[in-house]
This record gives sequence, C-alpha cells and structure tokens, in this order.
Amino acid sequence: MSKHIQQIKPVLTSILLASVAVVPMASLAAVEVTPKSAPNAAVLTGSTFTPPDPSTIPNDEFGKMVQLGRNIMFESKKYAPQYVGNSLNCVNCHTDGGAMAGSAPLWGAWVSYPAYRSKNKKVNTYEDRLQGCFRYSMNGKMPPLGSDVLVALSAYSYWLAKGLPTGDTKIAGRGYPDFPAPKQAPDFVRGQAVYEANCAICHAANGEGRVVNGTVVFPPLWGAQSFNWGAGMGSIKNAAKFIFANMPYGQSYSLTPQQAWDVAYFMDGHERPQDPRWEGSVAATRAKYHDNKNSLYGTKVNGVLLGDTGAPKPFNE
Amino acid sequence: MFQFRSLSSSRSLFWPACGVILTATSGAVWAAPPPEAASCAACHGAQGEGMAAAHYPRLAGMPADYLAEQLHLFASGQRQNAIMSGMAKPLSAEQIKTLADYYSGLPVTMAAPAQTVPADLKPRGEQLAVYGDWKAGIPACFRCHGPGGVGVAPAFPALTGQSATYLDQQITAWKNGTRSGDPQGLMHTIALRMSDADTKAVTAWLAAQKPEAAVMGKTNQAGGAQ
Repeated sequence: MSKHIQQIKPVLTSILLASVAVVPMASLAAVEVTPKSAPNAAVLTGSTFTPPDPSTIPNDEFGKMVQLGRNIMFESKKYAPQYVGNSLNCVNCHTDGGAMAGSAPLWGAWVSYPAYRSKNKKVNTYEDRLQGCFRYSMNGKMPPLGSDVLVALSAYSYWLAKGLPTGDTKIAGRGYPDFPAPKQAPDFVRGQAVYEANCAICHAANGEGRVVNGTVVFPPLWGAQSFNWGAGMGSIKNAAKFIFANMPYGQSYSLTPQQAWDVAYFMDGHERPQDPRWEGSVAATRAKYHDNKNSLYGTKVNGVLLGDTGAPKPFNE
Repeated sequence: MFQFRSLSSSRSLFWPACGVILTATSGAVWAAPPPEAASCAACHGAQGEGMAAAHYPRLAGMPADYLAEQLHLFASGQRQNAIMSGMAKPLSAEQIKTLADYYSGLPVTMAAPAQTVPADLKPRGEQLAVYGDWKAGIPACFRCHGPGGVGVAPAFPALTGQSATYLDQQITAWKNGTRSGDPQGLMHTIALRMSDADTKAVTAWLAAQKPEAAVMGKTNQAGGAQ
C-alpha cells in the first residue's frame, strides 16, 4: 500500500466509524456488509475550495450564460445537440455538474489554462480544451471557438472558480486523485467480476447503460453510444482514477485500488467508436496516438482487435 | 425478528378481510388477476394502485424484478414488516414471479398527486430529488430512479405515486437496519447520510409530483434507443 493511501486511510476510517455508529448493530446481524465508502470524491483529495452555490447564479445577462453552461453539463444533448454524438452527459464524469473536487471539477481546469498539452502538442486555451471534450468524450463535433456553447461553459467554469488563484495548476481536487499503481497487472477476467458485482446493476451487463422514456439514466460505458477511442476515459489509468474516487455512485473509495484498475481495464477492453484521429489503419492509429500501456486500442483483448472498425462514422446531429 | 414474530399473528385477522374486499373489486379491467393476487388487493388496491391514506404502496407498473425481490426479502426477514412477512412466507418462487409480473404489467392509475408539498419543505426536497447534496454524500434520487422518479428496471423502483409516509418509512428502515437487501447497500448508505429533515423534505416533495410522471416507460438499452 502506498504512502499516499496510508495518509488518507485514517480520514476514511474515521468517516466510516462515524457513519456506522448510528446503526444499531443487532439489526445488522443478518445483513450483508454494506461497502465502506466516503460521501464523495472530494474527501480524500485535501480540497478546501467550495465553489459558489447554484442558487447564487446572478439574474442578468452573464448569469444566463452561466446557467446555460450548467444546463449543458447536466443535459448535454438537450442543450448542445449539434455537438453531441452519443448518449453521455458531461455530468457523468464531472460529478455535481463539474463542482465536485476529485471528479475533474471545472474550477480546477479553469485556473489551469491556457496550457501546453502533449495530446495535441500545442498551447491550448480553455475553449480549445472544451472542444476536445466534444470531439472525443461526447463523440461529436467541436463547437466553434466563440460559439454560445463554449462561451456558456467558459462562463460557468469561471463562475465556479470564483476566488481561486489563476495558474494554481496543482490545486487540490483538480482532475481525479492520484492513487497507487496496481500490484498485479490489470486483468480482464478479474475486472469482469468486479463489474458484475458493482457496476452492472446500473450500467447493465452489456455495458450499454439504461434509458427510460428516452432519457439516459445510466450512461453507456462502451459500445456505439459511449465515448470514442480518443477520449481521456479510454486511458486505463485515467478511468481507474475516476472509478476509484467516484464509483459506484455515492460510494466513493469503496473499491480497492486493484479493483478499480481491473474494472477500468475491463471497461476499456471493449469496442467503442473509432478515434476521430484515424490514420487509415488500426496499427497506424495506435502507433501515432495509443502507443502506451494505458491504451488497449489496437491490441487484442478477448480475441477482439480493438479499434478494428474502419474509418470514423460521420457525425449525425 | 422477535418483533416480527409477535406481530405476525395479525395474519389470521387479515386474510378473511382481504377476501371480503376482493369480492367487491374483482373483475379487473386490465388483466385477469392471478389467484395469488387475492391477498394483495385489499391493501394495494384492485389495480395495484396502492392506498395512500393508509400508506400502502402502489405496485402497478413497478419493475417485476424489484417486486419479486421484495417478496423474497419479506419472506427472509431482511425487509421486516409484520403483514408482508406473513403474506410472503407461504409463496413459492413461482407464485412470487406470477405476482410480480402481474403487478408490473398493470397501468398506473392515480388520478392526482396524493399530497401537496409544504412551502418550507419544497426547496430542499426538490434539491435532493433532482440534484442531490454531494457535500453530504447524497446523490439525487432521480439519478438512479430515473427522470421524474419513474423507476428504472430491473432494480430501481418508482418513487412518485407513493405517499410521503411510505417513502419516509423506507428511508428510516434502511437507516435503522429493518430494511436491507438493497443492491450493494446503495440505499442503506444514502439513508445514513440523510437527516430527519432531509427525509421529511424529499418524501413530501416526491409525494406531490404529478402522477403522469409516475408511469414508468419502457426501459431500453442506451445503445438501442438513440
């Protein structure tokens, strides 16, 4: 167990003791043990920042754009239909509409841009960064710079970050918290067992999520309606960090780090929409964009050569 | 368990009462009820619509898997309820499936919300139902129970179209351990994070939602629907 986890463990233990204390023990005798968990992803990040409450969004022209940005976070297809190509909503990976520490909060990103990104080898503005979300995570189309969608998301991010020092790229709570490297190499079969025990009740056995009355309730984790191969969540490491801090929903930090690595491998070991940076072949695309141990693109998993689905499908609004 | 055993004698009074009422309400317009449903109608209504005034929940339109699971939990004592334990224990697995499928297939027939939400409970109730309160580790109800709380098969029941008291009793039961067996302890975990005021607000708000929102739509796989 790493130093990092040893440091955070006492915090977690005290939380668990506090919550268990109110339960009459006798009544639990015949009950399976509820997974130990933290209330939210922020708990183990050391974050002390509190973004403003949504009820304080100003009632003026600026506030309207802030509210639009917040709406896009929760209902992406409804409020940005021309740019969203799948069933996901931003909030699926940015808990609490991008306000939650440890869940890639928008306020953490806002104070960190412009920044150089090795992903596209240039200095990205905040709007450039948002474009990447739509192109990859939403498997859609990049909103033009200066478009209402990007202005609204920028306004919302700026509003969330009120009081934070610009340029504090190491601010606690940014992104998903770092956690230990796996003791054992992540494994598809172990990951499947973790998935079936902890994830399938919501995301379904086939990973395609659940829809009610035309609304996506539980997001698809792979398949045609999920993020594409270019998305950050396609990195096993990134997905494992997200899962460890945020999943199962409402049960942060209840999986072991190894379980998070294994289930991330299982999720990312399935087929999904083509990387829009397609280089004409799986091998060439892997060589240029996926040649690292955290991407299973272009490798064989369970007998399937992942990414071998031809050129990206054209975007349909 | 002791509490359950001492109360279960009320069964002997209950069954004849069911029979009387059932006679008056049989001849369902939707589907012929299976014989097993005779015991259910007195409290849950001829069409499974529930009896809000007495806090008996609606069954109509609930996910079949959820209903079946509850009967098994009543029988095992993981969900403790004097009346329902007595009802569920004699049922075979096959009978449970028959009942669950029958009630799941019935239409939701409530004509109006059972209650209105008091003004002082409305903002907190709506916040918890729609957005949750992540500082306290409480996810939005609708995040798992679906938009409008319509329920998401197979495991997540509808929340609207139930009385505030019934919903309140469930959260309290998860908190104190008299209801368990919820998948992965999801509701047990959340209930422990809810104050009594939170519970009161959100159950009052849910009970006041429009009944059409209580009709569970067809649950599809995300990949197939869009």
